[in-house]
Amino acid sequence: MDPIQIIFIVVALVVLAAAVMVVTTPNLVRAALWLVLALFGTAGAYVLLNAGFIAVAQVVIYIGAISILMIFAVMLTRRVMTDSGPQTHQTWWLPALLSAALFAGLVWMLSGWSGFEASMPAYSDANQVVELGVALVSPEGFLIPFEVASVLLSAALIGAIYVAWDRD
Amino acid sequence: MDFLTNPVDAIREWLLGLMANMPAPWPDVIVNLLGVVVVASFGLGLVIILVWVERKVAARFQDRFGPNRVGPYGLFQTVADILKLFTKEDTTPDNADKPVYNLAPILSLFSVLLIWAVIPFSKDWLGTDLNVGVLYIVAVGSLGALAVLMAGWSSNNKFALLGAFRTVAQLVSYEVPLVISILIPVLLARSMGVHAIVDAQDTFFGMFFFMAPIAAVIFFISSIAEVGRTPFDLLEAESEIVAGFHIEYSGAKFAMIFAGEFLHAFTIAVLTATLFFGGWRGPGAEAYPILGWVYFMAKSLGVYLIVSWIRSTLPRIRIDHMLSFNWKYLTPLALATLIVTALLTKILEGQAVWYQSLVMFLSNVVLFLIANEIVKWRESKKPGRQVVGQPRPVARPPAEPAAEAEA
Repeated sequence: MDPIQIIFIVVALVVLAAAVMVVTTPNLVRAALWLVLALFGTAGAYVLLNAGFIAVAQVVIYIGAISILMIFAVMLTRRVMTDSGPQTHQTWWLPALLSAALFAGLVWMLSGWSGFEASMPAYSDANQVVELGVALVSPEGFLIPFEVASVLLSAALIGAIYVAWDRD
Repeated sequence: MDFLTNPVDAIREWLLGLMANMPAPWPDVIVNLLGVVVVASFGLGLVIILVWVERKVAARFQDRFGPNRVGPYGLFQTVADILKLFTKEDTTPDNADKPVYNLAPILSLFSVLLIWAVIPFSKDWLGTDLNVGVLYIVAVGSLGALAVLMAGWSSNNKFALLGAFRTVAQLVSYEVPLVISILIPVLLARSMGVHAIVDAQDTFFGMFFFMAPIAAVIFFISSIAEVGRTPFDLLEAESEIVAGFHIEYSGAKFAMIFAGEFLHAFTIAVLTATLFFGGWRGPGAEAYPILGWVYFMAKSLGVYLIVSWIRSTLPRIRIDHMLSFNWKYLTPLALATLIVTALLTKILEGQAVWYQSLVMFLSNVVLFLIANEIVKWRESKKPGRQVVGQPRPVARPPAEPAAEAEA
């Protein structure tokens, strides 16, 4: 077996196990830490697919910002060590049904996919970051979605400042 | 390949030669794993010497001798300290979250060691040439904040948790000017790879310190804040939060956190030297990689000396000053510098390197003067401090009798 394949299997198992732990751990902070592990494993999977930029962006955004914010919020709003709640909800069957349907849909879609036998394209020396940057700002590429996302983010930033503004 | 001029490649070739009859990918895998071990051990071994250097330098600044008993010049003092730390009792608080508590020091040390994977020690001596190296450094640094939160929370100690909150608030705030100032070398080198950034600084005046002095200084200041060293050492305040997030740690676990912090302090010196002072570049470094390593260490230690100098001479900054300095001064200045540098690199494209450096240096000086004037103007707008009571009469000596007689 290829060393890359061994690493992929290890990474995939870690992601799956961590994802299961996120929803089964009663302690909220621990669940957040398992989520960090799952996100980190996903970044590892991106690395194995030669998508270094996406992997690093995943770590910066999801682990460096979002999960730290989540842990902060949990720690500030709950009793720190002794917080644990019930693991199920009255309407647990609805999300269970939805996720089962989603899983079945994914399996159905992938069963007709011919890409499993294809080998990974050779690693290109071209600077992927430059290509991504050019694609984001070229009119033939993703200029409009990029600008819409920028406007949305600016609006969110201005809104956050407005909410937090000290009006005395 | 000559062993004396390029030992790393020579050893690599020798090892690959030993494993020549193994199936295809495995010799490379084994050599790469060995490389990981070498880079990580180099960092950790360096800590032993750095602690001694730090104590000696601080002692000289304070007119003392520093460690001078164990070994020549006290060189083995750190070894004795480490042995002491490892034989100490390893305590864990009751009700601590044990797995998280034990994991936090490891993550704390790892977040620093991982940075070393992309540092080019010399020509072709580097762990890996990531094309997003700089972003990788930022990403790995954010793991340190996570480790601090884990340590503070799992200790089940209010002081540790409060210390962790304060530390993370500081880390997250200073990450903003840090990231913006890192963007400027990226802009100048037109690449996010650390190797490419070093390659772009191939002449003396091409060093990014001359092209972006403000970015270099902002990067340096906010890195010091990231490490939590003086004057930003609010993370450890005995009268407020005792020792901060690592109060419950002892023995080997404390040693890991301590080693991680020490290595981080040297790592910021390494990053400053790499991003702004040309890393391993110097006369003759292309032909003799070992020389490049010497330049790299010399530059890094030079920056580290400044870190130590600041540590042993500056008083601590107040917490509200620390945050307003970051958000109201460093961040806007870094953003303005980024915009000006982006415009100038486009305007000056194709000019001689010394000319580019000169124009950019002058533009940075102008920016700094403008920022200074704005700060002065804002300070003058503030209501002055109220003087309590009237000015007191001051006793003066009587006029000299001889002069009076003449009059």
